[in-house]
Amino acid sequence: MVRNQEVLQDVVIKFAGDSGDGMQLTGTQFTNNTALLGNDLSTFPDFPAEIRAPQGTLPGVSGYQLRFSSDSIYTPGDNYDVLVAMNAAALKANLGTLKKGGKIIVNTDGFDSKNLRLANYPEGENPIADDSLQSYEVIKMDVTKMTREALKEFTMGTKEKDRAKNMFVLGFLYWMYGRDMESSVDFLKEKFEKRPEILESNIKVLQAGYHYGETTETFTTTYKVEKARMEPGTYRSIMGNQALALGLIAASQKSGLPMFLGSYPITPASDILHELSRHKNFGIRTYQAEDEIAAISAAIGASYGGALGVTTTSGPGMALKTEAMGLAVMLEIPLLIIDVQRGGPSTGLPTKTEQSDLLQAYYGRNGECPMPVIAASSPADCFDAVYEAAKISVQHMVPVIFLSDGYIANGAEPWKFPTEESLHPIHVKFKKELGHHEDKFQPYVRDENGVRPWVVPGTKGLEHRIGGIEKQNITGNISYDPANHQQMVKIRQEKVDKIAEFIPEQKIDTGRAEGDVLVLGWGSTYGVIKSAVLELQAQGKSVSHAHLRHLRPFPKNLGELLRRFKTVLIPEINNGQLIKIIRDQYLIDAKGYHKIMGVPITKQELIEEIGNYL
Amino acid sequence: MSEVITPALTAKDFATDQEVRWCPGCGDYSILAQVQRVMPGLGIPKENIVFISGIGCSSRFPYYMNTYGMHSIHGRATAIASGLKASRPELSIWIVTGDGDALSIGGNHTIHLLRRNFDVNVLLFNNQIYGLTKGQYSPTSEANKITKSTPFGSIDHPFNPLALALGADASFVARTMDRDPKHLQAMLIRTHQHKGASFLEIYQNCNIFNDGAFEIFTEKSSKAEETIFAEHGKPMVFGAEGKKGIRLDGFKPQVVTLGEGYSADDLWIHDEKDIFKAQLLTRIFDNPALEDHLPRPFGVFYETDRPCYEEMMALQLEDAKARKAPNLDALLRGKEVWTIQ
Repeated sequence: MVRNQEVLQDVVIKFAGDSGDGMQLTGTQFTNNTALLGNDLSTFPDFPAEIRAPQGTLPGVSGYQLRFSSDSIYTPGDNYDVLVAMNAAALKANLGTLKKGGKIIVNTDGFDSKNLRLANYPEGENPIADDSLQSYEVIKMDVTKMTREALKEFTMGTKEKDRAKNMFVLGFLYWMYGRDMESSVDFLKEKFEKRPEILESNIKVLQAGYHYGETTETFTTTYKVEKARMEPGTYRSIMGNQALALGLIAASQKSGLPMFLGSYPITPASDILHELSRHKNFGIRTYQAEDEIAAISAAIGASYGGALGVTTTSGPGMALKTEAMGLAVMLEIPLLIIDVQRGGPSTGLPTKTEQSDLLQAYYGRNGECPMPVIAASSPADCFDAVYEAAKISVQHMVPVIFLSDGYIANGAEPWKFPTEESLHPIHVKFKKELGHHEDKFQPYVRDENGVRPWVVPGTKGLEHRIGGIEKQNITGNISYDPANHQQMVKIRQEKVDKIAEFIPEQKIDTGRAEGDVLVLGWGSTYGVIKSAVLELQAQGKSVSHAHLRHLRPFPKNLGELLRRFKTVLIPEINNGQLIKIIRDQYLIDAKGYHKIMGVPITKQELIEEIGNYL
Repeated sequence: MSEVITPALTAKDFATDQEVRWCPGCGDYSILAQVQRVMPGLGIPKENIVFISGIGCSSRFPYYMNTYGMHSIHGRATAIASGLKASRPELSIWIVTGDGDALSIGGNHTIHLLRRNFDVNVLLFNNQIYGLTKGQYSPTSEANKITKSTPFGSIDHPFNPLALALGADASFVARTMDRDPKHLQAMLIRTHQHKGASFLEIYQNCNIFNDGAFEIFTEKSSKAEETIFAEHGKPMVFGAEGKKGIRLDGFKPQVVTLGEGYSADDLWIHDEKDIFKAQLLTRIFDNPALEDHLPRPFGVFYETDRPCYEEMMALQLEDAKARKAPNLDALLRGKEVWTIQ
């Protein structure tokens, strides 16, 4: 039969099901396929902290949100156009965020009395059997039944067969959006190379889903989203943790420093450890330590030995590393501490996003203990930002804190990846011998930028001792002298402040360089601020957006830039952290907007908030 | 033209210009002197030696060694040394730590360093007290110890450090004392020679807060009867005239007098390679105040060959490189790309 193909500009799909339903896989597969078509895209995986929360319940719902567009987009979208609900709980948990008139693809088998009860629907009520969903377009499919039917000739058990349910949905969506399935078939071939029966069954169900769409006459329209008008170039899809790992490898290669990662598994940072441990051929040493403290301590040991020492963690682990960070500040050696933030305090919300470790990064150590702080603003930005963090660390002999968060870590977006040649070089110089005027090596003598020499063990004639006790200026010997301590505290602060001369000036990301409102952000709020500001600008409003990568020290021109606006609004996914620092350093009456729900701010929420100042 | 001759190093070459600041009479002085004395003979280029310490009296040690050194934070010397050794296997790394540093705050790192078997040397200065914080009981203090923090006596059961080390599968375990310079030197050399994590417990007297803790083992009047110096392949003999020995009655060590129905052939023959006997030996840990107690053993309890972490790590890296040459551009590009014109 002849079908219509409707061209859409922008689509948001939410895949939702039980945490064992394979929704993350379905989502990432559809995302990769989308990327290859040249759409701009943004994703937001959202899953429970429990690996298998009680089946069928609301806490057990795992979701994957994907937005793709023929236009440039910066967020995974506020509301969905399409909701895939594998069971009653998935529908209930996500219906509130579905657009009115949106499509719901439901697996009817997930709406039996047991599932309805587990999803807390009142006795006798079934949303897909009554008229409660009449303002939506509901597409009902018995995915379980059709999956089993497709596999009736396979000898595997029913439980095994049911595992392929997600492939049916994926196949159906491929049909609905006029895709070919090549990328997923290739993926399955690689994943199940050694398990031919599983491979065959998955492909079979994938095709069954596709053919179901094609042959069932109830579906009359397929949809298409044209290639996005993006900057010309070659792109790939990338997730934040993955980009971060690649950025570290690139920094290691370009600096010539072998990289050492000391890490202890923690959500949502573990994927950096996983990714890096796959790339030993680049000389990357990954070390799964016995705890968070050992992880940073081992990285300090490696840095002391001349490696690019890195440790990765999230909030609770960050807290444990605190004392060792102080040691690295005193030793004045390079070190990268990567904190992929999550909801806190304590264990908090392990799988949910938050920006609440900024004050910890700034102030959370004993003594006067300044460290540069750098934050990534999007998944792809993790690459550039961590590369820059590594460069600052090794060139200024200073431990650097790098902030990402759960939203960036697991989100994906297109990335116009660089070539090795296009990356800025990272020059590192080890001191190898005494200079002409030196008769003795002084480990704490400094250059014009306050940077001390990096001498690694094994260097003949420059043997010396360093440590965490306050040291005498220049000689590095233990010193309890009062004036020396004051001087050393100032010196360590000045060294960090001086980095402002090596980082770019702050730019306005979107909008004019002066006006009514400047929305100032940092980290993962980049996309939503940009989207909201662009929309308001289109309405003729005087709003601009600036986004900070360098949080300590701030770019030199920041104070002057902020003063050109009547209002500076700082939205954050915390209870107000950057705003405290900005008010403290620039004495301006900045306004805050704080959402602390473990989820990103939506564009609509932000537009309303900005409206209060226009 | 004169030939450049590099003079052999002496103990003095390993001393620094820093004033040694331990209390007069501290056992640490002897340990420092013996370490400086054995260093020249080990044949390691001075620049390849690194001393890493944590926090505590003993942890000031690196400042007094003219090598590379780091005085780090409490309990973490083992963890820092692990990272350094993993990335720089050619360095000779010595960890100087105390009973609080290695067994209390840093206990976790100690056991993990031992099980991973990094080729480093752990010198545990055991004085059974917290000296730097002025006299609280430590995890090796005997039970019921009266200290500033335990005025009514400590109720903790103490660690048996060597049993703990063996429990963590240490590949070299030995004990010595500050007051026996010759034995201390011999043990330092063995510690260095062992390839793998070497754990050397050194009984060290804190003459300020725990004076005489090991007196019974170290003083001439009691040493011969209260200690036994185990030597590989030799019978376990002790006593002033060498007339006493330890024999094994099944798994039970027993003191016997030679000539009274027993000859040296009946005694326990020390075998450093025997893990079962080594475990028994670590368990000879009696309170010397008790009647019928066994003498405290010193020497190398156990030594075995086990692959070192840093070597296996290096092999994995080489292997990965041989399989797939590093190509940053290919890595950045990934598997699937698309082009926008």
